[in-house]
Amino acid sequence: MIYFAFAIVCWPIVGFFWSLLLPKHKEGLISKFAFGFILLHFLAALVVGIIWYLKGHQPINVREFSVYTAYKYDFYVDFYFDHIGLIFWFLGAFLTIIVIKFSRSYLHRENGYKRFYNTLLFFYAGFTVIVFSGNLETLFIGWEILGISSFLLIAFYRDRYLPVKNAVKVFSIYRIGDVGLILVMWLSHHIWQENISFDKLNSSVLVHAHFEELSSLGLVVALLIYITAAAKSAQFPFSSWLPRAMEGPTPSSAIFYGSLSVHIGAFLLLRTFPFWENQVVFRVFLVLAGLMSATIGTLTSRVQSSIKSQVAYASLGQIGLIFAEIALGLHWLSLIHIAGNAFLRTYQLLISPSIVSYKIKEQLYEFRLTSPPKFKLPSTWMNTLYVLSLKEWNLDSYMYHYVWNPIKSIGAKWLIFNFKYVFYIASLSIVGGVAMLYFKSSLDPDVIHQLPLVFASIGCMIVLKAFSERDSVRKSWTLIMLNHISVAIAISFNEHFNIQHNLWYLSGILVCWVFGLWILNRLRQSEWVSLSRFFGHAYEHPRSAFFFLMMCLGVAGFPITPTFIGEDLIFSHIHADQILLAIIIAFSLIINGLAAIRIYSRVFLGPHVKNYHGVSKRSF
Amino acid sequence: MFSQSLDAILHRLVQYLPSQAPLKDFIHHNTLHAFQSREFHQALADASKLYGYQTYLQLSEYRNLYEVGEIQENQLFRGLEPSQIQSWQLKLFKEDIDENVEPELGQLRAIWKSYYKIDMDSLVFPLLFRITLSYLDQGISSWHFPSTDQGFLNSIRALEQGNLVSFFKTPRAKKIIQDKSTTLETLLKIVVGDQSYNERYLFDQQFAHPGYAGMVAVLEGNPQLLVNRRDITLRDFIFLELLLEIDALDNCFGEVWAPISFHAQGVNPSVNFTFVRDELDLIKERWQEALEWTYYDQVLNGIKKVPVTEKHSSSFQAVLCIDDRECSLRRYMELINPDAETFGTPGFFNLACYFQPAHSEQRIKVCPAPIVPQIVVKEVLQDRVIDKELHFSDQVNHLLFGWILTQTYGFISGFKLIRSIWNPSKNKVAVSSSRHMHPNSELQYEFTGAYTDDGLQLGFTLDEMTIKLFELLMSIGLINHFSTVVYLIGHGSSSANNTHYAGYDCGACSGRPGSVNARIMATIANRQDVREKLKEMGLIIPETTQFVGVLHDTSRDEFTYYDLDNVSQTHLSYINEHKKEFEMALEMNAAERSRRFETLTVSNLKKNHKKVKLRSLSFFEPRPELNHATNSLCVVGRRVLTKGLNLDRRSFLNSYDYRSDPNGIYLAGILNAVAPVCGGINLEYFFSRVDNNNLGAGTKLPHNVMGLIGVANGIDGDLRTGLPNQMIEIHTPIRLLTIVEHWPYVVADVLHKNPKTMEWFRNQWINLIVYHPIEKQFYLFKEGIFHLYKPTNQRIEEVDFNIMDFMQRADNHNVELVKSLVL
Repeated sequence: MIYFAFAIVCWPIVGFFWSLLLPKHKEGLISKFAFGFILLHFLAALVVGIIWYLKGHQPINVREFSVYTAYKYDFYVDFYFDHIGLIFWFLGAFLTIIVIKFSRSYLHRENGYKRFYNTLLFFYAGFTVIVFSGNLETLFIGWEILGISSFLLIAFYRDRYLPVKNAVKVFSIYRIGDVGLILVMWLSHHIWQENISFDKLNSSVLVHAHFEELSSLGLVVALLIYITAAAKSAQFPFSSWLPRAMEGPTPSSAIFYGSLSVHIGAFLLLRTFPFWENQVVFRVFLVLAGLMSATIGTLTSRVQSSIKSQVAYASLGQIGLIFAEIALGLHWLSLIHIAGNAFLRTYQLLISPSIVSYKIKEQLYEFRLTSPPKFKLPSTWMNTLYVLSLKEWNLDSYMYHYVWNPIKSIGAKWLIFNFKYVFYIASLSIVGGVAMLYFKSSLDPDVIHQLPLVFASIGCMIVLKAFSERDSVRKSWTLIMLNHISVAIAISFNEHFNIQHNLWYLSGILVCWVFGLWILNRLRQSEWVSLSRFFGHAYEHPRSAFFFLMMCLGVAGFPITPTFIGEDLIFSHIHADQILLAIIIAFSLIINGLAAIRIYSRVFLGPHVKNYHGVSKRSF
Repeated sequence: MFSQSLDAILHRLVQYLPSQAPLKDFIHHNTLHAFQSREFHQALADASKLYGYQTYLQLSEYRNLYEVGEIQENQLFRGLEPSQIQSWQLKLFKEDIDENVEPELGQLRAIWKSYYKIDMDSLVFPLLFRITLSYLDQGISSWHFPSTDQGFLNSIRALEQGNLVSFFKTPRAKKIIQDKSTTLETLLKIVVGDQSYNERYLFDQQFAHPGYAGMVAVLEGNPQLLVNRRDITLRDFIFLELLLEIDALDNCFGEVWAPISFHAQGVNPSVNFTFVRDELDLIKERWQEALEWTYYDQVLNGIKKVPVTEKHSSSFQAVLCIDDRECSLRRYMELINPDAETFGTPGFFNLACYFQPAHSEQRIKVCPAPIVPQIVVKEVLQDRVIDKELHFSDQVNHLLFGWILTQTYGFISGFKLIRSIWNPSKNKVAVSSSRHMHPNSELQYEFTGAYTDDGLQLGFTLDEMTIKLFELLMSIGLINHFSTVVYLIGHGSSSANNTHYAGYDCGACSGRPGSVNARIMATIANRQDVREKLKEMGLIIPETTQFVGVLHDTSRDEFTYYDLDNVSQTHLSYINEHKKEFEMALEMNAAERSRRFETLTVSNLKKNHKKVKLRSLSFFEPRPELNHATNSLCVVGRRVLTKGLNLDRRSFLNSYDYRSDPNGIYLAGILNAVAPVCGGINLEYFFSRVDNNNLGAGTKLPHNVMGLIGVANGIDGDLRTGLPNQMIEIHTPIRLLTIVEHWPYVVADVLHKNPKTMEWFRNQWINLIVYHPIEKQFYLFKEGIFHLYKPTNQRIEEVDFNIMDFMQRADNHNVELVKSLVL
């Protein structure tokens, strides 16, 4: 059983790595390979589904293996299988096959044909991991893969400005969701004293007993789950990223933002239902939030004059209803709704270019000048609604106004300190920190108690500087690394110093930092490199771009290095009462990942700085 | 300092902006039309330096073409002294030349970023585009812009009035929009300051988003292009943009900030529109000329090799469009039936009219774009079933209907997904050329004394019919030896998921299928009274001659025949014979086309044809056909000049007999059409190919339909003009070579009388060679006069043509003389 479950989940991952080895110009081979691989997975879903149903359709939990074990800490991979997983598996495999087959001719002769299929398989691998995950840690691995593959597909046309800009924008929203999930993991660790599996959660007695004592904590967990789910499913207040993600080839937009990726937030809610089942306040909130997204989404959809944004908003409006259905406990209805919405939007997007000829033909026979909404309000109100909807209820500008701009302006205030200054402060505090750690036993316990917060704050300031650096790539890159060291020191004051945990955490970061620095230095020998604009060096240096991306993922704690587990470890050392510390460190992590992706985007993506070939205008 | 009036600046701006109409009226035109009054190579250098676009291929691409033999060495060094050759050799092949271009435009507005530290484009464009598009939207949004009948700015004003929210953030902008007395000049003073910078600022600003600016300019000049009428002017559009800029600046700095000209030190106030050509331009000119003349000389050698023999009896005659896509079909018709005779003429068959489909209130123009027809032809049909596609309806995007539909109809979408991929079939949303006009409908083409409400004549009078037919036959030289059946074959194209579908139909019918015109003209030519009148004019069509209207679907390679019910049994038996031959010709034509499709490898003609037809129904197929790609030649002369030559679908062919037109009266008409239509197609392909990112529309895969008027990438992008990459990727950018069979002095005379047409040829946007019918010599038109031209010798193969062998190759094919067809 263990091996079978493992094989099912790993199959797409194997497919992804294998696909990386295929020759770049063999289009037929690449697409047939991808098709075959996913088709087998789809057939497996059919067979497994039937057998499972006949055998009594009880949920199955398979505990795979521990990645890392320590005192009171166990990071293990766990798989869980039930009707929800089965339906999502089915849906995912089916739609992925459709898109693979569709893209085979559609992407013919396109630059990046192989890159497209690699990313698609990567996405599907992440999707599978999420669908089968049996605990939050496993789910988080898939969650991260989904985020990064989304970034890569939105920025598929990496030599243009808007796709890259929007990819970074979407990634930053996803990052908020990721941190929501990290905090959920942290809190649930403290609630249950272990990395709890979904299977155990389903035994409601256990959950109920816990939340009796900790109902306010339970509410916090539930709200964090909502933030995570809302970020991925483009619900209020994150809705405005969805239409902006429609930058890749039409089939990729269809599968990602029409169907699979965008419904994964609903999956998270279904999966974590036992967490918040008894939180009436939260369930009411979820219904209201869902209805709010549904209303805003639908109204905005109605004023859109571009086909893809119209479908995007209509889709997220329906997902709002799905959220409400889940909150009301109508799970089967929500599953049917999810599948129907996914099919419908995929098809709508795939045939979207046809709307020109179709509508123009239709207008020949029935020409309507305007069709105002069915409901009637005073014209001032109608106009207000119209302008609000046209401006997407300001959701996009509020995201800037209330989230990103303040962060940037804090970072910008640091501009008065030049890099040397920040670097010295950081280095001094690190040396000081290490020294204090060494003499920890002779320090006043009250002081020690405050120190984690102090160092975490220093780390936070460092990473803000890295995020708002406008010039030197290497400085920004180095500050990202220094931030991690500060966090490590901060945590080290929290409990007995555990060098092994810190090594887990820092090993990946240090290696990636060194290698990344080497790539940047090599690039600097022949090219102009800075953070002042987009440089698009991927045009001439695609290999450097690829490896640097790997390094960025490494320093951002992506599950390719031990740092990923280290991150979770770090959080396990934060006590339940240190909410401020947890928030500061989580915030640092958001900014950290963003700063790394920002460096990658500015140096390697966007319109090429050299104009000897046709370089797209920014407005295209 | 001297500063120009704002009107003059706006006028010049309109000249330079792209002039592409909304999608439904997509018509090919010279992308760099603003530079047409300059000599070709000077214009290309100027455009490149003004915009920073590529206007030639890259040096590496030319060098590759040299490697594969598409550029010959003797052409590269043509006209050079022996002493110069070595230095040129170095320049052309060895030297690493910096091809970077720094554009003249954009310098002034760059100051927003460099000095003010704000990203003006990101602050202004999304909202500007969104408001403009919502206003212009032709039917995507289900909730339209609330008030649209008072012009662009007034509509925004009406919307803002008493509104609880606003498009603007700051008080000054909110005040200005409500103050009707504010002029564009006032806003410019606030943003730009020094008037002398106005022109530079406006050019920088509008060329930062040429798509929207160009669309607005086009709609200002031609408001009738929109079914849903919208009044918009470039002035209003710029007004809004400046106001949004003020809003953004106020929001960042408060109301006190210095206009941009205060910080414009080092930027020259006036814009340069002409430049001195540098060495790179000269190198590229040489490469380009060598590429062209390698090809041209091959064609000229081919023409010299064709044995001119005229036959005076034929089993059938077919008149097709001059379109380059018919070039190969005509070759197969003639190869399969050596007694067949084919002609080429602009595909509207000399019938300038509007077509009004049955049950529709609207009219569709079915003649060349510059003509304003005075006649309407109505279609009459008992009932028309309008197929609705629920996926494009309002309901699926509605909240409550959507809630029901997603859970029910959504699963049908799942089945449709499967079907559309594994079994593409006829569907409601794909474009089908045969649906332009119903084959069983009746066309009211005859004038009965009725007029439309706006005073257009309903149908043609007898005199008009006669004259139109007479002119048509005279211009192509079909004046005697009529065969028993004459086919008039218009063309259209079918495709799925194709936003640029109008560019695939007949250019001479304003981007519509030519079925209506072919069908009416055939009916007219069959009329006894018309023939009587023609006889009076000296043109005798024998009673035994039957005309048949046909539609050729160029992407499916299918014929639709019209009105065969009225044909006599004898004729019908002939036609049935011909149908078989046509079927074979179409299969071969499909095979010849598929040699360019890398994804199609079938060794059986019938199977191949089936697969080709499937492409026109498949949503996943961005290349239902390759359209005009590789076009490079236009022959105006008798078919015998090129009969038997394999011109590889690269040539427009217009039949013309100099003997029936000694004074060049019909020639004038032909050249006046050839220059803008064929030249426009050729140059649009040329420029879309050399800089697909800026002069073309980029890859079509991420395109998003904007308001039914254009496409953009994503939702916030500028409208894209030009052709998508999938249409031009196999195109070799070669200027059109027009070969006219006549006396040079007659052609010169015709050109001098038509200065607009003359401009195309004098400035070398189209190359012109006249073939002297008596001397059998070529005369090249250069700098306004004809020079005797002797092409360099190239071997022209004489081959027995085998379609199977031909299908194996995907590259440009050398001109060859086909002796016979191997089956």
